[in-house]
Amino acid sequence: MNFDFSADQKALRDYVRKFFAAACPPSEVRRVLEGNAPYATDVWKQMASLGYLGSAISERYGGSGLGYLESCVIAEEAGRVLAPIPLFSSIAFAAELISLAGSDSQRQHWLPRLATGATIACVAFSEAGRHCRAGSIGVSLRNGKVHGVKAPVLDGGIADVAIVVSSDGSASGVSLALVDLSDSRVRHEHLVTVDPSRNHARLTFDDAPAELLGTAGEGWRLFEAARDRAAVLMAFEQIGGADRSLEIARDYALERHAFGRPIGSFQAIKHKLVDMYVKNTLARGHAYFGAWALSTQAQELPLAAAAARASASDAFNFSARESIQVHGGIGFTWEHDCHLYLKRARLLACALGDVHEWKEKIVATLQQQVAN
Amino acid sequence: MDFNDTPEEARFRAQVRAWLDAHAKRKSDMPADDQELPEAEALKRARAWQAVKAADGYAAITWPKEYGGLGGTAIQAVIYDQEEAHYAVPNTGFFAIGLGMCMPTLMTFATPQQLQRYVRPALYGEEIWCQLFSEPSGGSDLAAARTRAVRDGDDWIVNGQKVWTTGAQHSDFGIIVTRSDPTKPKHAGLTFFFFDMRSPGVEVRPIRQITGGTEFNEVFFKDVRIPDTQRLGTIGGGWKVAITTLMFERILSGERITGAPDAIEVLQLARHTELCGRPAIEDGRVRERIANWWLNARGLELTTFRALTELSRGQTPGPGFAIGKLISAPQLQEVSQLMMDLMGADGMVLPNYPLQSMDLQYMWLLSSGLRIAAGTDEIMKNILAERVLGMPADVRIDKNVPFNELPG
Repeated sequence: MNFDFSADQKALRDYVRKFFAAACPPSEVRRVLEGNAPYATDVWKQMASLGYLGSAISERYGGSGLGYLESCVIAEEAGRVLAPIPLFSSIAFAAELISLAGSDSQRQHWLPRLATGATIACVAFSEAGRHCRAGSIGVSLRNGKVHGVKAPVLDGGIADVAIVVSSDGSASGVSLALVDLSDSRVRHEHLVTVDPSRNHARLTFDDAPAELLGTAGEGWRLFEAARDRAAVLMAFEQIGGADRSLEIARDYALERHAFGRPIGSFQAIKHKLVDMYVKNTLARGHAYFGAWALSTQAQELPLAAAAARASASDAFNFSARESIQVHGGIGFTWEHDCHLYLKRARLLACALGDVHEWKEKIVATLQQQVAN
Repeated sequence: MDFNDTPEEARFRAQVRAWLDAHAKRKSDMPADDQELPEAEALKRARAWQAVKAADGYAAITWPKEYGGLGGTAIQAVIYDQEEAHYAVPNTGFFAIGLGMCMPTLMTFATPQQLQRYVRPALYGEEIWCQLFSEPSGGSDLAAARTRAVRDGDDWIVNGQKVWTTGAQHSDFGIIVTRSDPTKPKHAGLTFFFFDMRSPGVEVRPIRQITGGTEFNEVFFKDVRIPDTQRLGTIGGGWKVAITTLMFERILSGERITGAPDAIEVLQLARHTELCGRPAIEDGRVRERIANWWLNARGLELTTFRALTELSRGQTPGPGFAIGKLISAPQLQEVSQLMMDLMGADGMVLPNYPLQSMDLQYMWLLSSGLRIAAGTDEIMKNILAERVLGMPADVRIDKNVPFNELPG
């Protein structure tokens, strides 16, 4: 039994943690939150030069070829500090989708650019008022042109290129389209979300020129496969944030005195902290299994990814929310960091399939297993 | 990251399998048998199997060889249990407290002569031990024990009452924490002994539990004489000994609950029961409950894998893994309730009366007790908060007050 990261991966984690502590303090998150920067450009550049962006991209395509487990380690650390960077969009999701679906020349073209951070990609899948399903996609891809509106698109306002999940009128219905977002037939509108420290846009495509990514009509299958991979990486981002929320609450419970003693000596507070710890620990178990499934391309990946996402969303929401409760009034102020975690937790819970969808997927998969 | 044995673990697993093949039958080769044995017969078979295991060191894998163990590692003990689970062997739970709690306590505090005398018979299932801690006036607050021990020459005379003593009715010996000095603050006035359960003045009375069964007992002490030579630890040092025993208890209690329903059983039931005229499994409310339960169950299993990884590396799993006890009991409560809800009115009908230990309704009733035994959920949360998260201990208003001046 070796269900843990290796010594080298833990050394990497320590290193990445130090890097983020220096490069991405809360002031950097607030700079983006307050609208003074679209994302943390310096953090992004430094990560690129350290090889962190290309960790799961093979050396053949300009990555550092470290592996998925290393990507998980990096995602968790980014989550701890709420790094306001397009790591998830460009690396965890778009690069995976291109690796999975792209032709060799598309990989040759895009992956090195994504690994160096010079190009930022996003995946445009959500549409206002609809749940993202194969049968309910309004944006169309016809004759090499994309038409329609995608919103909200995570990092849509800072990305150079988008992979647009489109309906193509064919029998199986969905194709993926690469669209250059600097084209004049793409309109960007900034969207303010519950967590403005991560960029969001509404993208309107008015017959924007597009390049097919992957086989026509196979788009939904490819999207789902890449989404499972991305879900594991997002789960790590979430457990990083969840653990940090617990730590902040714990530190405060030791330091804050009420009724003549540290509030952490009251069972009401102690038990609340343990509830957070338990949820985070279980979510960590699921995330690790997701990491294993991702790194070995195991057939368990869809279930593992769903479990990782559902448990990490619940854990991060709970820890961030209850951390404010432990803090009392100070936790409700703009100046305290608690709300940064609360908002990020909610954002990530909604950003890539909600908990109901992932839990539904869990039960559907278990049903198949029992039927077999 | 992988789920494979190391080469040494694989060798040990093969050795265990070969040994089990030579001494037991695989469950898969046996007809399914869900009849429960009468207790006397179950005990007889358990003793026989225990002796077979003990003769080859498998009864106590982590114990040193000098005590009849295998001198093995914690991960080897886990591997043995994983393999034994595939064989139709008698349940040796009768010896769990003796081997899991009492003997390790003796090994820490008893004399070499005493170990010479008691360890081997316990290991072979010839003598059974029980643990007498809880009292009517103190369960979670163990240091509030009132059972009095008064020095009389070379002996102590013990009077009082213990409760929730598992297996006292089968036991030959017990370990007990007593109040030897009520004028001292409560933790400082305790003294710890082991004693012969057949001593004059010891009376065991079964407690009928909410399950209808009687696994636990009350034990009454009327002028029971215990020789001072059977004291473990110093006079007034009983708390330290008790804490040692409890550490072993929580290791025992973290294990998976035998017979707890798994995902297959839950899903099959939901497929074959109806809700609103459709199979219950098609209902979103049911699906959500299944998902939430499964996430915790699987999450706990994966957390156990992380603990096993630490064991495999020769590390001691941190106290964080005490979450096993904190999760598995409420989980059993949740899943048994869910299954009874799925069955509707059928769920309230008992399949056997008295209930058998694999019955769903037994599991449901049992879960209430599991949340209390060996540290209530609330005590476990205190422990986790203090030891893992570093929270300050509770303010104890009784800490420096002589025990006999405390209210209540």
